[in-house]
Amino acid sequence: MKRIISLNTDLENSKKEGGCGECQTSCQSACKTSCVANQKCEKPAK
Amino acid sequence: MVHLFKRLGYNIAVDTASASVHVLDDVAYEAVSLFDKTEEGELVAALAKKFGIPTDDAEECVADIKELVKEGRLFSEDRFRPDVAALSKRSPVVKALCLHVAHTCNLDCDYCFASQGKYHGERALMSFEVGKRAIDFLLENSGSRHNLEVDFFGGEPLMNFEVVKRIVAYARSREEECGKRFRFTLTTNGMLVDDDVIEFSNREMDNVVMSLDGRKEVNDRFRKTAGGAGSYDIIVPKFQKFAAARGEREYYIRGTFTHFNPDFMKDIDVMLSLGFDRLSMEPVVASPDSPCALTEEDKPVVMKQYELLAERMIEKNRTGAPFVFYHYMLDLEHGPCIYKRISGCGSGTEYLAVTPTGELYPCHQFVGEKGFEMGNVFDGISEEGRKIIADFKRCNAYSKPECEDCWARLYCSGGCAANGWHSTGDVNGVYAYGCDLFRCRMECALAVKAAEAVHVS
Repeated sequence: MKRIISLNTDLENSKKEGGCGECQTSCQSACKTSCVANQKCEKPAK
Repeated sequence: MVHLFKRLGYNIAVDTASASVHVLDDVAYEAVSLFDKTEEGELVAALAKKFGIPTDDAEECVADIKELVKEGRLFSEDRFRPDVAALSKRSPVVKALCLHVAHTCNLDCDYCFASQGKYHGERALMSFEVGKRAIDFLLENSGSRHNLEVDFFGGEPLMNFEVVKRIVAYARSREEECGKRFRFTLTTNGMLVDDDVIEFSNREMDNVVMSLDGRKEVNDRFRKTAGGAGSYDIIVPKFQKFAAARGEREYYIRGTFTHFNPDFMKDIDVMLSLGFDRLSMEPVVASPDSPCALTEEDKPVVMKQYELLAERMIEKNRTGAPFVFYHYMLDLEHGPCIYKRISGCGSGTEYLAVTPTGELYPCHQFVGEKGFEMGNVFDGISEEGRKIIADFKRCNAYSKPECEDCWARLYCSGGCAANGWHSTGDVNGVYAYGCDLFRCRMECALAVKAAEAVHVS
């Protein structure tokens, strides 16, 4: 019986591909007061 | 660290270090809660007894948990501290500017953190020359970054609209030769929105933030003209036209809640009833002695609103009338990488604010604050500015003892430096009240995600 639903599949792995810095600065988006959870990765496609 | 919580009828586990999120039934919830402090055979027996399930069923549940542990998606170890040290040694590049094109405003909002747009100084409008130089400063200091961001802010930026248009045109003229792409944002109180503003914004602005607090009486309590008249009846029709014209482009109706409306779900409902479907509602930035500052008594009321909002979102999603709430937008699969989660919003390092006369500050909330001027767009970062950058580089969840035991530290990155400074006098301080609200928001956002997943499955 399935008792666990995983909503996603590991930040450790994001070390290899991450860090390009192309994502939006969070304070530029909507709130300006209670700023990274809501950001998107915008790494350019290879 | 695993954070287990129940929200809106869902049992949820968040694995802090991997950012894995799991929805559990009652048996699995109990099993995860006991997993790291109970021997396996004992755990299986306890589950079988408590829930009246066969032993092999309990064994299967524990085996599933062990598999997630093996995959590094439950009880994973946080090994990112060395990455923080490595990241802090990188030379920062500037990739975003908040351009204060107007230190003046056509509203006189009592709660404005910018002192009615003047930021503790004189009224001023940015000249095109300063704006042009700010764009050049950004191009010169952005290294290899392709995406650059400029927010037109104030005060009320539309009081200097002609200069905004010229700055945008100048930036666009430099994009191709510099290999950059500018993303522009406009934050407005709506008073001067007209067809020209809408047409220009739809052509050039990636995002428009429109300030409206919700209910007419709530909005007009603070958002008044200099003569004391409320702004609601003026701005709502303009915003409705503006939002409708945005089409697929991004916009946010952005409200502020204060001690006078901690029950802000009623304001969200008004926004929805007006036809707006991209919303952001934020706690007021105010000194603790301000009458509009949120109090401890307000906190449970505010937290209840976040739950009501999550319920409303689930309901609207299922009835085919979905809306967006900024803080509930979570991309669990392709969200920010670990480096972004460590470095946070980038204030004082990759995100700076520029005053109408070209002075640089760590972000819009520090503009005009003594001791935070970092130089100017003509002469560059000053010696004092370099010290400020060093201070802001160390602002992250791994430099604050309060964050060590917090499950949400890689969602907030240690929180807002301005909030920390306002509440503790240290940019690396922690605004505990804001932390409580943030954790509540995150739990509610994850519950919305859980509802989507369970509904699909």
